[in-house]
Amino acid sequence: MVIYGVALLSFCMLVGVFVGDILGELIGVQANVGGVGIAMLLLIVLSNLSHQKFHIGSATESGIHFWSAMYIPIVVAMAAKQNVIAAVSSGWMAIVAGVAAVAVSFAMIPLLDRIHIGEDDDS
Amino acid sequence: MILDSLFAVLSKNALITAFAFVGILVWLSYEISRRLTRGHVHGSAIAIALGLVLAYVGGSFTGGSQGLADFSLLAGVGVMGGAMFRDFAIVATAFGAELEALKKAGVVGAASVVIGVVLSFVVGAVVAVSFGYTDPVAISTIGAGAATYIVGPVTGTALGAESGIIALSVAAGLTKSVLVMIVTPFIAPKIGLDNPHAALIYGGLMGTTSGVAGGLAATDPKLVPYGAMTATFYTGVGCLLAPSVLFLAVRAIY
Repeated sequence: MVIYGVALLSFCMLVGVFVGDILGELIGVQANVGGVGIAMLLLIVLSNLSHQKFHIGSATESGIHFWSAMYIPIVVAMAAKQNVIAAVSSGWMAIVAGVAAVAVSFAMIPLLDRIHIGEDDDS
Repeated sequence: MILDSLFAVLSKNALITAFAFVGILVWLSYEISRRLTRGHVHGSAIAIALGLVLAYVGGSFTGGSQGLADFSLLAGVGVMGGAMFRDFAIVATAFGAELEALKKAGVVGAASVVIGVVLSFVVGAVVAVSFGYTDPVAISTIGAGAATYIVGPVTGTALGAESGIIALSVAAGLTKSVLVMIVTPFIAPKIGLDNPHAALIYGGLMGTTSGVAGGLAATDPKLVPYGAMTATFYTGVGCLLAPSVLFLAVRAIY
């Protein structure tokens, strides 16, 4: 049933966000710490586990695939509701700070990407 | 009268209107991609850019902070593009992700989050100093804003920064997320952002969930779960480090 997939997804997200909120409280920051990441891990583990323990039918899968496919349209809607005006019209300092942070972060990617920890590098 | 009824139907069914509207927008973008760029610029990248342009138009017409969603007819776009559906769809993309790729990049991925927060904070702080700020609270708040637009206000509030500074920190974070959305598909080939390992590091370094989500969607949707995974830890780590260790470091210098 399609709803099983949607419900499984909802379950993972609610658990993840709940754990993320608790983590935030424990650390003492006013933010959700990795809630969505925890939810994703949970879904990955459950879907990998399913091969041995329980079977996820194709209808159930399609309930998850639908939301996965809705991802880009949702991101488009998200882009359309950003406060672009505030970002553009706030003066140079905020823009310079944002641009510089992005530039430096991009420059770091190739450096960190070369590090493969805990891997048997045969090449 | 007909127009009135139409408007009533559209705004009463706001979320459904948003689905139809975004559908048309995406279709238009893929047509532009195919006909005007011969597929060189990916349709989703054009759709996201168009979304941002429309958000600018919406903001300048309504004076609101929700972009296109401030038009009452398109209020549903705000729901569809809000954090709830965004996070739900991001979690869904994890279905089918490889556990192996995650394990391999585990340590580097975690390190990239901490490095990303510190790096953006330092860059933002340096920019603040070069623009003449000398108050450690203001410098730290702007540095935190260069991390994400959530870390900025959280840090500013914790340190007691004035609201103008907090607004600047939000603007710095917004600039970052908009820029990451736009430039990622163009820079990705140059920095080897084409595999799960690099995507995990990218998510950890950039940290802006919306920027990473939009950027990777326009680059290669298969990479989305990996980048989003590390990015979701970034704001939490930022809220942890910026008002504490990083602020103390700034205060030690000034």
